[in-house]
Amino acid sequence: MTAKESAQREDLFVSGHRACHGCGMAISVRHILKATGENVIVVTPTGCLETFTSPYGYSPWRVPWIHHLFENGPSIATGVAAALRAQKRDDTRVVGIGGDGSTFDIGFGALSGMLERGDDVLYICVDNGAYMNTGGQRSGATPLYAASSTQPAGKESVGKVEMKKNIPMIVAAHGIPYVATASVAYLKDLQKKVKRAMEFRGPRYIQVDTPCPSVWGFPSDHTLEVGRLGVQSGLIPLFEMEEGEITHVRKIKKKVPVVDYLRIQKRFRHLLDGVETEKEIAQIQALADANIEKLGLLGSLKETDSDS
Amino acid sequence: MSAVKVLEGSEAVALAVKACRPHVISAYPISPQTHIVEGIARFVADGDLDAEYVRVDSEFSAASVISGASAAGSRAYTASSSQGLLLMSEVLYASCGMRLPFVITGVNRTVSAPISIQVDHQDSMSLRDCGMIQLFVESSQEAYDTHIAAFKIAEDPKIILPVMVCMDGWVLTHSYERVTLSDQEEVDRFLPPFRPVDFLDVKNPKTWGSIGEEDMVMELRYSVQQAMQYAKGRITEIFGEWAEITGRDYGGLIESYKTQDAEVIFVAMGSMAGTFKDAVDDLRAEGEKVGLVKIRSFRPFPYEEIWQAVKGARMLAVVDSNLSLGSEGAIGMDLKAKLYGAPGAPQVVDVIAGLGGRDVNESRIREIVNRVKQVQEAGYFLREPYWSGLNQTIVP
Amino acid sequence: MEITIGAVVKGGSSLLYKTGSWRDERPVLDMENCKACGQCESVCPDSAVHVVEKAYIIDYDYCKGCGLCAFECPVDAITMIREVK
Repeated sequence: MTAKESAQREDLFVSGHRACHGCGMAISVRHILKATGENVIVVTPTGCLETFTSPYGYSPWRVPWIHHLFENGPSIATGVAAALRAQKRDDTRVVGIGGDGSTFDIGFGALSGMLERGDDVLYICVDNGAYMNTGGQRSGATPLYAASSTQPAGKESVGKVEMKKNIPMIVAAHGIPYVATASVAYLKDLQKKVKRAMEFRGPRYIQVDTPCPSVWGFPSDHTLEVGRLGVQSGLIPLFEMEEGEITHVRKIKKKVPVVDYLRIQKRFRHLLDGVETEKEIAQIQALADANIEKLGLLGSLKETDSDS
Repeated sequence: MSAVKVLEGSEAVALAVKACRPHVISAYPISPQTHIVEGIARFVADGDLDAEYVRVDSEFSAASVISGASAAGSRAYTASSSQGLLLMSEVLYASCGMRLPFVITGVNRTVSAPISIQVDHQDSMSLRDCGMIQLFVESSQEAYDTHIAAFKIAEDPKIILPVMVCMDGWVLTHSYERVTLSDQEEVDRFLPPFRPVDFLDVKNPKTWGSIGEEDMVMELRYSVQQAMQYAKGRITEIFGEWAEITGRDYGGLIESYKTQDAEVIFVAMGSMAGTFKDAVDDLRAEGEKVGLVKIRSFRPFPYEEIWQAVKGARMLAVVDSNLSLGSEGAIGMDLKAKLYGAPGAPQVVDVIAGLGGRDVNESRIREIVNRVKQVQEAGYFLREPYWSGLNQTIVP
Repeated sequence: MEITIGAVVKGGSSLLYKTGSWRDERPVLDMENCKACGQCESVCPDSAVHVVEKAYIIDYDYCKGCGLCAFECPVDAITMIREVK
């Protein structure tokens, strides 16, 4: 075995998958599995992650993994968890990793059922804000005024005029032990949150902002940078809730104006081309400011928070 | 020691499922199956059944939970009807393709619209093509025995497909019959624990649900078709094994009733087979040479067995309590296709009967016989189905 | 090609597919300036950076040339150069 092969042995998510250059999801999944370790069964509904990791014969998953359908990631996970309980396989845990199309929209009912039942599943939504697998159609997770292929910007349209569904709060309202938001820009933070989630039994939810170079429209080496700008602007607040109370927020030392986040992405380019979109940009800024205010985001990082 | 009890059909099924020791049961209510899952819930609540009982948010989830459980190596079960079965169809197609075995009770009920909770087989037909084995029963006793056999069939290492046991809603689920229950020891001897070759296991990580390109989809479908072919023989064997243990013998894929010298043979499925047997007896007593082929396995479709039973007859009245709108009844279509070109094959008349709970009683059965004889005497092929009991005057 | 019952696949088999052919640019690591911080290994979407006894190796069999390692390196020890095919 070569040195390289030996290093590869440790990985639970190996090379050779078909993700786009710079895919935020792929980076996140590597770190999620570093944090969970190998004693997990992963359930993934249909979407980018499923598609780029499962052409027949070429799977990067060095953990047992099942893809069933688009709308039943959470219920398949429930079934796996029930089987593990029945077979007394206590050391094996269940982790669902699915995209926003499935989590926010078509699989939302299944997710709600799983949360309500108290099933022992950590469900992680890797959120790239659209049905990316099929080319970037609008989902419930698409942010305000983003353009998408089914809600493009045009003479009569400024992109999405509806708010992004606040899934973390909806999930929290089910009364589950642990809810967190994370970002591919802060990988140590993501790992820490996954590890913390694994300390609980019952349903847990983490939503990870995973920028998509291909469709958001930025260079493939900017994935973490875009993620950072989203977090530093306040648009993507990073927090943790345990038993219904916010226990941690990631502080923003210096607030970044939302325009800096918008201008780097093609999906928001239409807001920066013309004067008539000042109102829209102000609305987005107001969203960011509201997050900052409500969660008390401004301040210095906690000592225990890492830089990345 | 086996016990004889007077039981509601649903209760007999609940007891059969309990005896099979499933690990995971998912439950979502829909009339007329709900008594089954409620019966099982009582066993779990009293500690008489050690199983994970998952109260799901929809039938889509019900089928998904047992699919996930099966993939993780557990014996799993659920029940549904009508709209619920339709909602499960995407899940069942996927689980058949991924070879995840489990057992479902399909309590037959017609399909909306109009919404109706009465019995017919339309819901089973909506799942006809997915690769799931479908067994139909005539009585509560047969329902009890068939559920026990169903787990063994589903989990057979050369089958590994979901099995649906179809029983008529209300007629069987909510009526009371004498049922002989088997000893737990007998069931355990017949049905060992589920031991899949492949399952979700951290010690041997594998990937389920891959994308299949055009260089493999046909081959995967063919492999399921082969499993269905193999299942024909294995289903008969398994029922034979159960008959050895219990003395209750249902034949195999079909049951032939007085078909020996019959000129007109009915082909039917489900509880109406019982009515047909009575009608056959009465008609025989009047000198009519009639008989019945009761189909037990609808998928895989046992055309070889049916052919052996009917080849001497002149006319077949295939009674479909279902309809492929725009064409005709499903059994009629299957049988005509398979008998096509068989030398001396009887003419198949498709009869649409019993839709939405309309009674298939002896007087209507006699009408069917008359219609069939009319066609025979006139010497033409009846290509459109004969609608038994239709009230033409109120058709909108 | 062997097709399994139910199309079940062995985990880790994606190593059979060398995504290195996707590159237009390749990262080149200057070990002199490397501080062994591990950022490049951490951010690579394709697990194409390996740490082997404090030495950093880029696995060109799989590196897609996305440039994240170069962009994120805090000491600019990685440069993207045009891939020569």
